[in-house]
Amino acid sequence: MTESTIESVESFRLRARAWLAESMPRRADEDPPPMTDDDTADWERARELQRMLHAGGFAGICFPREYGGLGLTRAHQQAFTEESDGYEMPLVLNVPTFAICAATLLDEGSEEQKRERIGAAVRGEEVLCQFLSEPRGGSDLAGVTTRAERDGDGWVLNGAKTWSTSAYAADWGLCLARTDWDVPKHRGLTMFLVHTRAPGVTMNRIRMVNGVREFCEEFFDDVRLPASAVVGEVNGGWAVASRQMFHERNAVGGGSPYVSGRGHPRTVPKVTPLEVLRASGGSADPRIREMAGEYLAARAVEQATTDRVSRAIGTGVLPPAAASLLRLLHAEGAQLSDDLALAIAGANAATGTGAEPGAGGRAAIGYLMRQSASLGGGSTEMARNVISERMLGMPREPAPDHDVPFKQVRRGR
Amino acid sequence: MELELSPDQKLFQKSARGLLDREHSLDRVRALEDGDPRWSREWWRKGAELGWAASIVPEDLGGGSVSGAGVRDLALLAEELGAGLAPGPLLPVNVVLAGLVEAHGAGPDHTGEIEALVAGESVASWAVYEPGREWAPAAPGLTATPAPGGFVLDGVKDRVEDAGAADLLLVTAGTGEGVAQFLVPASAAGVSVAPQWSLDLTRSFGEVRFAGVEVTGDALVGAPGDERIIERQLQIAVVVQCAELCAVLDRAFAMTTQWAFDRYSFGRPLASYQALKHRFADMRTWLEACHGVTQGAAAAVQDRAPDAAELVSAAKSYVGDRAPVVLQDCVQLHGGIGVTWEHDLHLLLRRAVLDQALYGTPRDHRLRLADLASL
Repeated sequence: MTESTIESVESFRLRARAWLAESMPRRADEDPPPMTDDDTADWERARELQRMLHAGGFAGICFPREYGGLGLTRAHQQAFTEESDGYEMPLVLNVPTFAICAATLLDEGSEEQKRERIGAAVRGEEVLCQFLSEPRGGSDLAGVTTRAERDGDGWVLNGAKTWSTSAYAADWGLCLARTDWDVPKHRGLTMFLVHTRAPGVTMNRIRMVNGVREFCEEFFDDVRLPASAVVGEVNGGWAVASRQMFHERNAVGGGSPYVSGRGHPRTVPKVTPLEVLRASGGSADPRIREMAGEYLAARAVEQATTDRVSRAIGTGVLPPAAASLLRLLHAEGAQLSDDLALAIAGANAATGTGAEPGAGGRAAIGYLMRQSASLGGGSTEMARNVISERMLGMPREPAPDHDVPFKQVRRGR
Repeated sequence: MELELSPDQKLFQKSARGLLDREHSLDRVRALEDGDPRWSREWWRKGAELGWAASIVPEDLGGGSVSGAGVRDLALLAEELGAGLAPGPLLPVNVVLAGLVEAHGAGPDHTGEIEALVAGESVASWAVYEPGREWAPAAPGLTATPAPGGFVLDGVKDRVEDAGAADLLLVTAGTGEGVAQFLVPASAAGVSVAPQWSLDLTRSFGEVRFAGVEVTGDALVGAPGDERIIERQLQIAVVVQCAELCAVLDRAFAMTTQWAFDRYSFGRPLASYQALKHRFADMRTWLEACHGVTQGAAAAVQDRAPDAAELVSAAKSYVGDRAPVVLQDCVQLHGGIGVTWEHDLHLLLRRAVLDQALYGTPRDHRLRLADLASL
């Protein structure tokens, strides 16, 4: 589609406004999100909402038309996001399905993968997840030991993955596996598309300190994959994973063009400092008002910086590595939010409102998860390495596994 | 900094840098003695010729901006002059102009004063702080009492930038009808100025006493009780400060990064130590965030967006807080040389601490954010 035939952002905005008012349910004043319970209904609802967006012609705004999207620009998406504020939206599909997995497939997948997986996600038929981290892996993603071995035209997958966000609700996972042990670690990896319910896949949900069970661990026992499951090149998996991590940092920092709608999904239990303050009926205490102001400032800073850095990466003024700036800023903002919520709750953080945690208790439970925004999506230490090494050009850390066949690399005592 | 500048903006930036490089090196700043004048009328007039007092003034009042977005051009200029620790009344003159332009058409006519300020023929400053008090523009202790033909001003202002050099003072005063502002000649009978010590070596401040100062009704700027004018002045002041601070941080960060590559310890450059690399990464992130929110605030003030007041206070809260943290970290990473008089870092730190403190501290702006959100 040429520039001149694209609908103007203003026309698109007005059309979206009218359609949303006509077709989408208004967001209700939300109950506190679930802490531990089964959220199957939320996922079913998200798929249903996505199908409604698709039927109305507002799904996959920035994905190309040939893969089921609308082929429009970030500005169109932003206009839709602004208009959709106040309506129920399938926010839970944003990350990782659209912002990370579909975006990576768009960059690195085969024509067939793009048509089928992106198309199905845009239509609300399928959900995607990532099988990247491993139980002993930590930040050394290229050190994965899940293996795929050739089996005729196809592959056999064995190993274990963990920290897969909402994999229990997903249909397909992007799985990084080692396919050559005789070359240095980055060169022997391949990315596969694995069905989450394929024979040989066992999945458990991990319970977190706040009771939430959004993460999963998976075990692969002789899982058979066809040749068409390979994303990108055989032994070229690091390029795919790098692209995936870029999209992840961008998504975590709020810079992805592939997300639709604003705010946190209901399944992510967050209590903001403002909610804690309002629950206590407001405050005349200047100490507390100052803390609320600090939160408001941080929120505005994060938004303004995300806008700026996204534009800068889009126009090449800043390198893609600059997404790590957003990742780091977001982690800092999330920590500040948890700290301020706890401080505003004061002594009410210690006990609940009757048998329920109440706003104070919820602030305290949120505080238990304070570090999660600094760990998920790659630790902030890795983001700092990316910034110092790839943006500031500082020397890399020495690595004893560099240029060594992976089978000779030491992997524990 | 703006991500992409137009050729006109680049020229505007370059001309400012040129004048600064020619006439105002940091070595000159370091050599200044107490009591030496910080800048000359000639210097400011040259700046005004380059448009330093014109960008937020409409063309029909003698102004004009290079990009058509005057607030953003002013921020660009503030960055350029901030990075060079330029002396001169950029902030006070533009803040007074912001008030005069905002009030234009709503009260006595100040077209002549505006034109003289734009041309650099005249210098003005906002007299808003009062001794012993924090930022409270809406509650002045200085009074303006109605008298035949005008008002009589009584009270004391301090922290008035360039009070000793100003021709005109924009005085915030309490009247029976709310807060009002008056444009008072510094030479008026009853006005006396005493210099104040300044942390920033390139800036000067004074305490100004108003003892039965008689002004006519024509001295009024806008109408009493019109707080939009003061709000506009504050917004312009904060945009200038935050843009300056961003540039000060850029300069200190660049200096410190270069130091980390050049300086070796235990056989390798400082830049190779992860403990230090991580601190640089944090600083680089804060720097981008400072630019992000400052640019967001400048754009909102330019567009008179509904969230302009909020973004301005978010910018001052964040940039004001981050600036000293980053600069102190730069000092730490330099080692002992960073706390010597000969090093440039303290000159930048002085500017940052001063900008952080005036026109509302970060804390004042956080309280304002809570008020704006009706919490």
